[in-house]
Amino acid sequence: MTRFVLRRVLQGMFSILGASVIIFVVTRLSGDPVVLMLPPEAPEAMVSQMRERLGLDLPIWQQYFMFLSDAVTGDFGNSYRWEMPVLELIRERLPATIYLASAALVFSLMLSIPFGVLSAVWRGSWFDRFAKGVAMLGQAMPNFWVGLLLIIVFAIGLEWLPAYGADTPKHVILPAIALGWYPVAAQTRIVRSAMLDVLDSDYIRMGRSVGVPEGVLIWKYAFRNAAVPLVTMMGVYFASMLGGAFVVEVVFAWPGLGRTVVEALFARDFPVVQAGVLFAALMFVAANLVVDLSYGLIDPRIRNDR
Amino acid sequence: MTADATDLPQGTRPSLLMRLPGRDFPWISVTILVGVLLLAFIGPWVSPWQPQALDLRSAFNPPVWVEGGSWAHPLGTDNLGRDILSRIIAGTRISVIVAFWAIVLSGALGTLIGMIAGYFGGWADIVIMRLVDIQLSIPPLALALILAAVLDPGLQTVVIVIVVTYWSWYARIVRGEILSLREREYVALARIAGCGPVTIFTRHLAPNIVNTLLVLATLQVGQVIIFEASLSFLGLGIQTPQISWGVMLADARGYITNAWWAITMPGIAIMLTCLASNLFGDWLRDVLDPRRKQL
Amino acid sequence: MSLIEPIEPAAALEVRNLVTELRLRRGTLRPVDGVSFSVAKGQTLGIVGESGSGKSMTCLSLLRLLPRPGGRIAGGEVVVAGTDLTKLSDRELARDWRGRRISMVTQDPMSSLNPVYTIGDQVGAPLRYHRIARTRSDARARAAEALGKVRIPSPEARLHDYPHQFSGGMRQRVVSAMAIACAPEVMIADEPTSSLDVTIQVKMMDLYRQIQEETGVAIVLITHDMGVAASICDRIAVMYAGRIVEQGPAKELFRNPAHPYTQSLLSAIPKLGEKRKRLYALGGQPPSLTAMPKGCRFAPRCALADAKCHASYPGETNLGAGHRTNCWRVAEGGAPHAA
Repeated sequence: MTRFVLRRVLQGMFSILGASVIIFVVTRLSGDPVVLMLPPEAPEAMVSQMRERLGLDLPIWQQYFMFLSDAVTGDFGNSYRWEMPVLELIRERLPATIYLASAALVFSLMLSIPFGVLSAVWRGSWFDRFAKGVAMLGQAMPNFWVGLLLIIVFAIGLEWLPAYGADTPKHVILPAIALGWYPVAAQTRIVRSAMLDVLDSDYIRMGRSVGVPEGVLIWKYAFRNAAVPLVTMMGVYFASMLGGAFVVEVVFAWPGLGRTVVEALFARDFPVVQAGVLFAALMFVAANLVVDLSYGLIDPRIRNDR
Repeated sequence: MTADATDLPQGTRPSLLMRLPGRDFPWISVTILVGVLLLAFIGPWVSPWQPQALDLRSAFNPPVWVEGGSWAHPLGTDNLGRDILSRIIAGTRISVIVAFWAIVLSGALGTLIGMIAGYFGGWADIVIMRLVDIQLSIPPLALALILAAVLDPGLQTVVIVIVVTYWSWYARIVRGEILSLREREYVALARIAGCGPVTIFTRHLAPNIVNTLLVLATLQVGQVIIFEASLSFLGLGIQTPQISWGVMLADARGYITNAWWAITMPGIAIMLTCLASNLFGDWLRDVLDPRRKQL
Repeated sequence: MSLIEPIEPAAALEVRNLVTELRLRRGTLRPVDGVSFSVAKGQTLGIVGESGSGKSMTCLSLLRLLPRPGGRIAGGEVVVAGTDLTKLSDRELARDWRGRRISMVTQDPMSSLNPVYTIGDQVGAPLRYHRIARTRSDARARAAEALGKVRIPSPEARLHDYPHQFSGGMRQRVVSAMAIACAPEVMIADEPTSSLDVTIQVKMMDLYRQIQEETGVAIVLITHDMGVAASICDRIAVMYAGRIVEQGPAKELFRNPAHPYTQSLLSAIPKLGEKRKRLYALGGQPPSLTAMPKGCRFAPRCALADAKCHASYPGETNLGAGHRTNCWRVAEGGAPHAA
């Protein structure tokens, strides 16, 4: 078990390292950030001085190692736009994104688990078709458009829920729905097919034959088995939420990492962009790691084998 | 190759055309997809208005079924009085172009890389799969945003961004297929018979993964369209005056309180196209590649 | 043959004219078509037949565990303690009967246990849901007791183990413990040992006999193996193509098999000390459910069949001492001998 954990942690670290290279190189593709940072009429001497100060005159691999060694100590430089240390900015914005992504994940599971389970139990019924329809609809709509529609209906039309900001728990509802609907189709499909397999199994019949009530059979005996593939994919879903958050946060003016990165992009505030995307990658890898390590809680066979 | 006879590759199963008009054939989806494709080509001739034609006197006209709407602008007009239906028709062109190039290029690149990884194995495989892992560790839209920001925004950038994001998808699946195909008898025989890697690729491996690729490509259509819309919505994709559904949504967001239809209509176009391609892809997968239910 | 039948002890389970249907897309099948038998308290009835004869469907019908959608009981009665189970609602059946008064051990012990719950949870489940055990600790204690009854060593210690930590034979014991936990009157065992190796099979059969002696449970044992049936059953019913063609006390049936099908099954068992070049093998296949012969269902494979056999199904002939068969040859007098 410890060897397995160690291997997964090392793999994760390697991925992050690779991601940092890619992010670094891509942001440097844009050319000289100094040109953008200084007014166009700045004298040549000032430009080269600035360049030297930021280490931009060095070869790119040296720049990368400077970036990396600083990053390891938590120094991601200063934001040009917000004029504060990048790490501090991220520490301020990241929790809101995690909060939103978690709320969205909860929303998607609240739909996909009942959909998947009941679709399997009542396979071929009108409910099965209805659930599939709702799920596929979510997959066919851009999350920001769902967000806009929700704003039109619930914020502008009915005035039930706030459209912008993150001041109260109510504020998370609309963005979470916008963000969480997309993966419902994939999740429902996984739960449904896993449940179909499990419901046909001998141990469900055995449970039924000793009088275990149908509800317990479905929600306890069968679902716990069927949840394994869903949990396997949880890291991926969480990551898709993080990715999607970039647009949804803009739509709802959500004060999270995604909107910060998008704003930084337009301001050519590259330290923030680099660090923001790196943190998103870090969270994604961490989420997958946690998922990998948590199978054992659901499936005792894995717990003991490792 | 005589070896083919002993171990029938999947590519030589009854042809796709023979199985097409089956019982569950998704007629509606195919009609929508063909319609979008058709409009992309003949749009300018069937469009009721010039998509760029301004008419400030008829700004914010609602759709025809709403009080105050008229048949002149069946889906209403935007803040500058431009006809929304005409603009949606004009937008099909970008969607089709982006989808076509993004899918062809990411499919080709991913397939090539996946084939190399799966066929040669060893170091090539390790390096490529690590690269895929790294790529997968960056949220797709995040990477796309950086790329889109550093390149000049526009059609080309959108395509490049999607290719960079999606190649790993194809590479991973193709690699898996090749790994299992490589062990088949007829491939081994071909290798013993002295066929080079190129011959083996083109004659023995490629035909067998065509079905999988077809399914992947179809399912990607919807994702590509949503991707383009998202980038354009953020202002990092297609730029005005070019018209895409995403651009329309980005514009309409500015007057969301005045004209819900300006947001709703282009979104419905996206939704219908995605729904159609997803349903068609699901059907195709069931017909061509029944093993891959989970995709 | 005596004319007066001995009085049979009170039946724990009585099945009358049971008909089970499977509705499929291509039509309705009748895997069980008018089956009647009874089992007395403390006795074991063996239902013997080839695979596809409908014996497994019969036992699923008793507990109404038929595949859904499509499977249903189309007629007949299943009577336990004076109650016809076919008349009960699904809810009543689950609450008061399944696992409480009639239980089942399924075919494959390897897959009959839920991999993600402990043995204690699973054996305790029937006790909890039938409100025999009121508390968790009570359920655990009683589960341990049940595991002890099936001779699992140090049962308390194993309550917290998961199924994958048990061997095949041990898992079958766990499944049996689940089935007898609530001390039911009837236990149905569907090929309980067919996936185990022979030495364990013998041990399991011994165990069932011991449990029966201790609790007086009536057992319906489904098997395709005449040898297994002979080792434990008091009565035997031979099933062919959805119907029982012959039933009677085990000894009597083995000594004087009346139906040509029973005879062919018995001649397939090598007898001790008998030297034969090859085992007798019955030619042909059992009829398909979609194309049932009009007359005797065994007629197409029967060496003695004549026009009458092909034309209509034979009625029951009583041979005395509870020995009955459906065969025109027997009905017309004289025991037939095909082998």
